[in-house]
Amino acid sequence: MDPTLAQLRTAVIEAHRARTALRLAGAGTKDFYGESREGAPLDLTGYQGVTEYEPAELVVTARCGTRLSTIEALLESKGQFLAFEPPSLGGDPTLGGTIAAGLSGPRRARAGAARDFVLGAVLLGVDGEVLRFGGKVMKNVAGFDVSRLLCGSLGILGPILEVSLKVMPLPREELTVRFELGEAEALAAFNRWAGRPLPISASAWWNGIAWLRLSGAAAAVRAARTQLGGEVLTAEAARDWWRQLRSQQHALFGDAPHLWRLSLPSTAAPLTLPGAKLIEWGGALRWYASAAAPEEVRRHAAAAGGTALHWRGGVPGGRFQPLAPAVLEIHRRLKARFDPHGIFNPNRLVVGL
Amino acid sequence: MERVSATVAAADPVRRARRLEVARALAAVLPDDGLLAREEELRPYECDGLAAHRQQPLLVALPRTEAQVCAVVRTCRDLAVPLVARGAGTGLSGGAMPHGEGVLLSLARFDRILDIDPLARTARVQPGVRNLAVSEAAAAFGLYYAPDPSSQIACTIGGNVAENSGGVHCLKYGLTVHNVLGVRACTIEGELIELGGAALDSPGLDLLAVTLGSEGLLLIVTEVLLKLVPRPERAQVVMASFDEVGKAGDGVAALIAAGIIPAGLEMMDRQATAAVEPFVRAGYDLTAEAILLAESDGTPEEVDEEVAAIESVLRAAGATALAVSRSEAERLRFWSGRKNAFPAAGRLSPDYYCMDGTIPRRALGEVLRAIARMEEKYGLKCMNVFHAGDGNLHPLILFDANQEGQWERADQFGTEILELCVTLGGTVTGEHGVGVEKLNPMCLQFSDAERAAFFAVKEAFDPYGLLNPGKAIPTLPRCAEYGRQRVHRGALPHPELPRF
Ligand SMILES: Cc1cc2nc3c(=O)[nH]c(=O)nc-3n(C[C@H](O)[C@H](O)[C@H](O)COP(=O)(O)OP(=O)(O)OC[C@H]3O[C@@H](n4cnc5c(N)ncnc54)[C@H](O)[C@@H]3O)c2cc1C
Repeated sequence: MDPTLAQLRTAVIEAHRARTALRLAGAGTKDFYGESREGAPLDLTGYQGVTEYEPAELVVTARCGTRLSTIEALLESKGQFLAFEPPSLGGDPTLGGTIAAGLSGPRRARAGAARDFVLGAVLLGVDGEVLRFGGKVMKNVAGFDVSRLLCGSLGILGPILEVSLKVMPLPREELTVRFELGEAEALAAFNRWAGRPLPISASAWWNGIAWLRLSGAAAAVRAARTQLGGEVLTAEAARDWWRQLRSQQHALFGDAPHLWRLSLPSTAAPLTLPGAKLIEWGGALRWYASAAAPEEVRRHAAAAGGTALHWRGGVPGGRFQPLAPAVLEIHRRLKARFDPHGIFNPNRLVVGL
Repeated sequence: MERVSATVAAADPVRRARRLEVARALAAVLPDDGLLAREEELRPYECDGLAAHRQQPLLVALPRTEAQVCAVVRTCRDLAVPLVARGAGTGLSGGAMPHGEGVLLSLARFDRILDIDPLARTARVQPGVRNLAVSEAAAAFGLYYAPDPSSQIACTIGGNVAENSGGVHCLKYGLTVHNVLGVRACTIEGELIELGGAALDSPGLDLLAVTLGSEGLLLIVTEVLLKLVPRPERAQVVMASFDEVGKAGDGVAALIAAGIIPAGLEMMDRQATAAVEPFVRAGYDLTAEAILLAESDGTPEEVDEEVAAIESVLRAAGATALAVSRSEAERLRFWSGRKNAFPAAGRLSPDYYCMDGTIPRRALGEVLRAIARMEEKYGLKCMNVFHAGDGNLHPLILFDANQEGQWERADQFGTEILELCVTLGGTVTGEHGVGVEKLNPMCLQFSDAERAAFFAVKEAFDPYGLLNPGKAIPTLPRCAEYGRQRVHRGALPHPELPRF
């Protein structure tokens, strides 16, 4: 057995026996994310390496400590990429942390979320068992889809040791156009455009301006550009803009003490929440730098048919949207089965679990 | 109660008493026409599309409303009666096969499309709605529901959710899991919960993901929110002939290596084309050892560009002939052969057994050659259709159940194919589910600890073990017994497997 894996197993078995909490640690770029961080750190960055990559299979498999930059560079060298555009958030995240956080970037509305690209995952169980779920093939319905369940689990079911992801060919052509539009007009337009066969791979709205990224075959991008009009950005300006959004370096993410991430139906009308706002995902993701009271923000989100996440400035237990009681009960039982002594990332995803 | 006792009959007195007890309790929560108890009424529910496995249920419940579903579930929980959900019964792994001591819960009456929102591109439907009905209803808005199982005229969205079904357009548009935004479902406690929804992110663990493909073992789905996508302006299909199946496999790899993700990418071998051609007259090249169908869709400009690219890649990969559909009618004709492969097998042979393994695409040639050897070994013919883009194989083993020993041989033939899929790093089921059919091969693919984790998931949703019990995940003793048998037979097909 790989010596790093052997060490991880020993640490987990020992913690389970002694009933001491472990904080599963990757590169730390999402340390801010979650209700609370508790326990002795278990460093997963040492378990590294791309274990399998064959471009014609459209699958890459890597160990959890592998840096996203390593994987992305490798894919790019073969003309492929991770289509969910995982956000990097000021650092070089590990693959394990990326999947445990389950966040997706600008392409989400079009290409799908992180979980949509997960084909398989390996989990380290409390008794040191190495558990393989899913696989390295495109389609697999053998057994429950535990690998997708791990995506976004924030480590509460255990360390994700290895992940297999579906990868996609890089689009041949990419072009960004910009329009002057009010918020309501932009939302209406995003939804209308998404209902037409146009190669829109990302959209955003900020401060009276809407951005659209077109990706695909050269002919399709050209035709769409003619149909849509708008002002074309230079390739460099376009790259900068989407990179800023993806890595949250845009001004809105600056230093506002309270930042909210609202997940809403894309057609929800503009909210009347005070504060600066930025829209992504064709209207389905809305950021608010707002000092409004948490109950107030959640009330607005619920009225619009969605949920609110206190991205920055929240208190433990008040960050994620509370779960319905019957759903929470299923979470409790899952946690109790996978991690009976509650050693993995206690209170990180749900306080009390 | 008069109605109930008059219709409940069973030869075995214990069974009769139990049936009466459960029927009385269910009659109290169901409409008059919502409970079937007569033997002749139960017979049509004895099996799903895997007709080799049959079982008569204790009763069949046909609720009309969510409240009735919840009441049925609560009643069954209180009386400790197993409960098996059923959509259209087209499943191919026995997922909807009844439990002998249980109630079969048919969702057939949940057949309404509740809402289509063209701006949001969503359809809210009941689980008994047929797959194709969604696309038909969305067509007026230039939208459709992408997953298109070959059974789409009959199978239901509830069944699709439970199996995470695929179709011929999965490589580009995804499986059911990629196209379901949310579900409402009844827990074993009889409570309704919502998972996912019109907003793209949900708090907590992704319970929606684990519900998809859970074969009715976790929840009873009562409503589904589907993603709709714009109908492409144009679609064209390239049909390529190859003089060797391995070369067709190389053609698939070459397309993907060239950065092309066709909307559909299917392969049929010569036995399959020979079987369907007289039946549908699709215009297939019957001299080819294998044909590939590669579809391109999008804007007219995009399709022109991609079709040209597909043609040049496949020609370079050694295609002996190429044809491109010139009209929508011709495109549909090219596909009709592929979509009718199962019925064609049914015409050619009294019975056929459809396998569903998935392999890494690179192993395609190797697997097809191995299947050819197995045809000799078992003395049975096999025609191969293949979701080539996804690596999902559908070998159709032809047999005659009335001939002594043929079903047993077909069964062993199938098991050997699945064992090979696992050895090559694939899976025993790509889209049809485990059901009762693939319980044994599941022992090969997963370790005891992995199967224990699956049971942990099951117990978290259904602590009483009443939802579709005995399906999908084999128990420890069953796998131990299977392992013993395999060793006993002396011919352990893949001794290099670490599992035993
Ligand atoms: C000719 C033919 C071609 C086929 N082609 C394909 C194909 O291309 N791709 C593919 O993926 N499959 C295919 N199938 C298999 C089958 O059609 C699919 O598995 C389909 O999704 C089953 O739907 P159903 O409504 O018939 O479900 P059923 O067979 O009735 O049930 C299937 C499973 O779903 C569960 N279930 C049903 N409704 C609910 C509910 N509301 N809540 C919880 N659980 C529920 C049942 O308990 C069972 O486990 C094919 C089958 C046939 C006969």
